[in-house]
This record gives sequence, C-alpha cells and structure tokens, in this order.
Amino acid sequence: MLAQIRPDDWDFPLLLHVLGAMLLVGATLMATIAALAGWRSDNSTLARLAFRTLLLGVIPAWILMRIGAGWIESREGFGDESPGWLQVGVIVAEPGLLLLLIATLLSGLGLRRARKGGGGGGLTRAAGVLAAILLVAYLVAVWAMTAKPGA
Amino acid sequence: MSRYDWLLGLHVLSAFAMVAGIVFFVILLLALWRIDSARRAATLFAVGKPAVMLVGVGSVFVLVFGIALALDVDGYHLWDGWILGSIVLWAIAVGLGMRGGKHAAKAHDLATALVARGDESPNAELRALIRDRSSLLMHAVAGIALLATLVLMIYKPGA
Repeated sequence: MLAQIRPDDWDFPLLLHVLGAMLLVGATLMATIAALAGWRSDNSTLARLAFRTLLLGVIPAWILMRIGAGWIESREGFGDESPGWLQVGVIVAEPGLLLLLIATLLSGLGLRRARKGGGGGGLTRAAGVLAAILLVAYLVAVWAMTAKPGA
Repeated sequence: MSRYDWLLGLHVLSAFAMVAGIVFFVILLLALWRIDSARRAATLFAVGKPAVMLVGVGSVFVLVFGIALALDVDGYHLWDGWILGSIVLWAIAVGLGMRGGKHAAKAHDLATALVARGDESPNAELRALIRDRSSLLMHAVAGIALLATLVLMIYKPGA
C-alpha cells in the first residue's frame, strides 16, 4: 500500500526509478535477443546492435534507475533494517552492474572479432547469456519491489 | 500477499512488458535509420517479433489489471481524473503505436521481398518507408503519451 501512503516529495525520485527500470528492462531485452540471434546467424549487424544497446541503452538506464533508487532510499530512512523487497532490489542492481559491464565488454570484443572476420560468436553468445540472466533477475526485482511479498 | 498486492504486481509487470516492447521497437527503429541494405534491414526487422508480442500482451493486461485495481481499492474510482486520463493516454499510445507499427510492417515486407529476389542494392522505397516522418511522429507521440501515463500513475493528481 506504499503507493497510496507515500509522501508527495517521493514522487519525482520514484518516477526516475521506475522510468529507469522500464528502460533498463526494454534495452536488456533488446540486447539479449540481438546477441543470441546474432550468435545463431553469425551476423555482425546484430552483434553491433547488441553491443551498442548494452553500451548506450542498458548502462545509462541502469544509472537512471539507481539514482532514483538511491534518492528514495535516502528519504525512506530504513537505516540498517531494510525490508526484504528492498534487499532484493539492491542484490539484483549492485552485482548486476558487474555482470552488465562484463556482458558489454564481451559483446564489444565479439563485435571486434566479427569485424576482423575471426568469428566472435562465442563472445557474443556469452554476452547474450549474461544479458538473459540479468533480464530474469530484473523481472524478479520488479515483482519483489511492486508486490512486496512477505512485507 | 493480499489481492491488492497481486493486482498491483501484475499491473506493473504488464506495464513493464508494454514499455519494454516499445523501448525494444524504438531501439530497432534507431538502428534501422541509417540502413539502406535490404538484407540488413530484414535481419533487424526479424528480431522485432518479440517486441510486437510484448506490446500487444502488455497493453491489454495493463488495462485489465489497472481497471481491476481501480475497482478493488477503496477511494479509487474509474471516473477519477487521473485514472480516466491514463486510460485516454493509453488509448492514444496504443492507437498511434499500431498505426506506426503497420508502417514498419510494410518496410519489413519490402525488405524481405527484396532479399528473396536477391536485390542487394540500396533501395529508395525501403529507405523512404524506414525514414517516414509521419511514422516517426506517431511513435514519438505514443512515447510521450506513455510517459505522461507513468507521471499520472505516480503523482495521482486529485487522489
């Protein structure tokens, strides 16, 4: 029932957080499908799309989502006893950034190899698998932060 | 979990599916913008199928669960300004998105036909379809309508 009782001055940070999260999920889905389809067809067009989406779409969306999250968190004042649904969000976002950076690096290296005619399909596939794992984790976090099971 | 939690969770997941599909589609259109080759265009259009499905499923269920929430929560009514406004904006976004999508489908069909004919040279008709300004405008207005819906959902003016 948080949405019904939260103070008005939380609205803008929440808007940033939700907008960032929506862009994050959409861009991660694009990167996942482009990387996995690009690997299957050994297609540099899709490998380039996957890399650019990760670099110019997913990472900026993650930053927007995290800024909004940090802003609201500072106002909620949970301190050391943050609720489970918030911990799920933090667990997905923070280590998820590391996975995201690795996926971007692998995708970039895969594209570079593909341009040189040396394949790169394995690297692009690995990036696609990491992006797919992130996508599932993001959806779990969306559910946990919205429905707040156990709260 | 209460019924409210389930309805809110499903409403938000549906909204994420709808917006994810649209973000996917926008990225695809941006990637297509500078492409003249029918083969590359067909390759990109081919990965767009999940976006069409997500937007379709998400846009139906976000409305269904949104209306269910409005009926379920004491103090919310379907005729509240922010809820009515959201439904109108949803209808605008879906209507314009569908019209813009038909344009993209034409470009996809043309690119596929060119590839089937083995025509690899830059094609002016394909380029014109991909870069059509009215289609771009429809997608832009649909995106603004969705953003406005999100603002209404979070700020709930008058609630």
